[in-house]
Amino acid sequence: MLSNEVKEKLITIVTKENFDDSKIERLVYSYDATPNYQSMPDAVVSPRNAEEVSEILKICNQYGVPIVPRGSGTNLCAGTCPTEGGVVLLFKHMNKILEIDEENLTITVQPGVITLDLINAIEEKGLFYPPDPSSMKISTIGGNINENSGGLRGLKYGVTRDYVIGLEAVLPNGDIIRTGGKLAKDVAGYDLTRLFVGSEGTLCVITEATLKLIPMPETRKTMLALYQDLSAAARSVSKIIANKIIPTTLEFLDQATLKVVEDYAQIGLPTDVQAVLLIEQDGPPEVVDRDIQKIAEVCKQENAVSIQIAATEEEAMALRTARRAALSAVARLKPTTILEDATVPRSEIANMVKAINEITEKYQLTICTFGHAGDGNLHPTCATDARDHEEMERVEKAFAEIFEKAIELGGTITGEHGVGAMKAPYLEWKLKKEGITAMKGIKQAFDPNNIMNPGKVFAKDSKKRVVITR
Amino acid sequence: MTTLLEQEKIQQQFKERMNEDELLNCMRCGFCLPTCPTYIESGYKESHSPRGRIAMMKAVVDGIVEPDEDFERSLELCLGCRACEPVCPSGVNYGHLLEEARDIINQNKKHSLPVRAVRKTVFEGLFPHQNRMRTMVGLLGFYQRSGIQTLARKTGYLGLLPKNLATMEKVLPKVPTMKEMKNRPEHLPAIAEKVHKVAFFSGCLMDTMFLKTNDATMKLLQLAGCEIVIPKQQTCCGALHGHSGEKDVAKELAKKNIAAFEDLGADFIITNAGGCGAFLVDYDHLLKDDPIWSERALAFKEKIKDISEILVAVSFHKKVKLELPAQVITYQDSCHLRNVMKTASAPRTLLDSIKGVQYKEMKEADRCCGSAGIYNIVESEMSMVMLDYKMVQAKATHATTIVTANPGCLLQMQLGIEREGLSSKMRAVHIVDLLAEAVK
Repeated sequence: MLSNEVKEKLITIVTKENFDDSKIERLVYSYDATPNYQSMPDAVVSPRNAEEVSEILKICNQYGVPIVPRGSGTNLCAGTCPTEGGVVLLFKHMNKILEIDEENLTITVQPGVITLDLINAIEEKGLFYPPDPSSMKISTIGGNINENSGGLRGLKYGVTRDYVIGLEAVLPNGDIIRTGGKLAKDVAGYDLTRLFVGSEGTLCVITEATLKLIPMPETRKTMLALYQDLSAAARSVSKIIANKIIPTTLEFLDQATLKVVEDYAQIGLPTDVQAVLLIEQDGPPEVVDRDIQKIAEVCKQENAVSIQIAATEEEAMALRTARRAALSAVARLKPTTILEDATVPRSEIANMVKAINEITEKYQLTICTFGHAGDGNLHPTCATDARDHEEMERVEKAFAEIFEKAIELGGTITGEHGVGAMKAPYLEWKLKKEGITAMKGIKQAFDPNNIMNPGKVFAKDSKKRVVITR
Repeated sequence: MTTLLEQEKIQQQFKERMNEDELLNCMRCGFCLPTCPTYIESGYKESHSPRGRIAMMKAVVDGIVEPDEDFERSLELCLGCRACEPVCPSGVNYGHLLEEARDIINQNKKHSLPVRAVRKTVFEGLFPHQNRMRTMVGLLGFYQRSGIQTLARKTGYLGLLPKNLATMEKVLPKVPTMKEMKNRPEHLPAIAEKVHKVAFFSGCLMDTMFLKTNDATMKLLQLAGCEIVIPKQQTCCGALHGHSGEKDVAKELAKKNIAAFEDLGADFIITNAGGCGAFLVDYDHLLKDDPIWSERALAFKEKIKDISEILVAVSFHKKVKLELPAQVITYQDSCHLRNVMKTASAPRTLLDSIKGVQYKEMKEADRCCGSAGIYNIVESEMSMVMLDYKMVQAKATHATTIVTANPGCLLQMQLGIEREGLSSKMRAVHIVDLLAEAVK
């Protein structure tokens, strides 16, 4: 509970209508898209500008009130679940596109802009912003920056981090700072822009961002490669890249995923094959044609049973949209869906797919695997039921083994969803003690009172590593 | 005001009656948010989104929050348009959750005396009885024809009504006479070569206030080669009851309708009101706790088809010449026709095939117009916000004719036209009336 003093001060800053501590309003900001995490904040506050954010942070810093900045609450690592209560910050008033600069190829936005609205606004001008997380219709750009979101186009174009070139951020002490700018080059001091991107609201509140844009590719083509053998599909992924082709998109969907997605989307996805690769290339028409042809050859050499090329943009769009719905569609099988995003070097993707299948078998679970295979980033998703405690234990063990295997293959515990509260206990596996200490030093420097999204990234206790006997 | 005792009872019933699997099935991805009109118009308030409402229902079941006034308010403000359902990858049946929640609240809450009286009269005394519906609409006809209407308008007596109701009075259609309403045929032959035998669900409001639209529907069906039976024993579909927390009455109406239609040997049961059709196809869910009736409901539901679907299925638009004077037309989806009956392309196909007219799709035609049953009366303020947005999109198409497929939507669009002061330039019509007009 906030003290009356804090409450009054916050209301003075944002006015009564932008402060809410009713039970229902607190309840609906007690969760995000991560299963099994729910915790009530003490209040929900909607600032209207950076100055108000600064005033709020000063108060919270003084009184030790946790701050949880929240976009649309679509993250998958319990990054915006207020596990320690405090104030949830909403950016519904700070949702303007401030400028599209066609000479410098940049867009400057407030954090509350919906990702897809941003994409639509610049595509009208023939420009391109590649990061396209599956939740882009809902997610905000502020959320994307805090989580360093990826998407289907990451293979060729990178992730959110690669497009953020300037930020305005408010530090816990209330200082408003600016990092970077509309600059192709800038080595003036530490690269705070890159530090803040993906910092999950644990260092500062981002109040404005300048993003790099690129010209829209002339054309694009989309294809499906169908397989009756999982490893063949996975091998094709590494082989396409070894053939020096970098497609825009190189997605993997196994049969279990295909079935649930088709059940939802009803667009005629093949459900009688073991796996499918969804591949897209963009660029000048002659390059796209040549690449698609070469990719098709590689897939056939790896025993793809069929290659289908989307005839129209509508068809291609339907395929992409269906893929984006994969995670939620898994909930058709069982009510709780626990997904991971272990990531390995691309060359290891076939080994990772094999390991996931063995682990699924060992723990007798239903796991649908899909993901950005071209990035080495898979999303094994377990369809389970949170009420079945015995099964939940097996799920946890299975995922611990998947993490362990990913790290063994030179990978990481999370490729794009972030650490949040969910993966915090596993962070040490990847970073080692020394790595955590270095990061904690940074946190301490920015946020000595630990008010910024506490309980995220750094866990109180690390999970013990499992010993795999195989 | 809900008393604490009432809240406790409501909470207990939530625990007993809400479908826990369905609540858990929402995995909170938020894919529903951008499609929810109240989420958008409330300035992105999670408490007015489907994800938020489901989270609240679950929290009431789990005992995390009490069903307080904010909770009730959030459920009241929901249009029930169900735009969140087709976009839900997990396939959550939000509409069913909402109906159950509203029923629990309503059954355990003591309404004030006047509200109770109105509810009883409307839900039990009026809609289930077609003869009383006729009398009611007949009185309206008397009002319109006798000169009282003119008098009321001139004397400024209508100024005493809230503004929206006064405007609504203007847009009510010219209703048929009692005699016309009573003389309904029970059987009509196919005019073209017979391809189907169909039964027609005439609807309580459609067969009184919108009688002419029903006549047009039957004419189109006949021309499309359908022999039509119109069973007399049918009654109101019960949608209004189901959506307002009067499930028991709705169940009784459902049983009557199932019985009325099941032995007719019809290939399909045709409706021309998206709101009714969507409720009819949900009868199996409504009666799910009754094994015998739910099976009969399943057989019933499988035959339900919207008029536009059957017309397209029998290639009516290819066989019959359709032509109208040059004009731009646009189409406003009926939410329940689109989101529940999944009929979206058929009406557009039909409209596109009318010679002489230019069909222009309106931006966000699939977003609710704010009519939503009696929503535009009980939640007038939000409803008018929705309507104003809708009219901006409608005007942008430069259409002179807005086509709809449900009586509520039709009245709401007429209200929109009236509010914009466009009644001399723009009209709203039911799709079957426009098609009948276009038949050469």
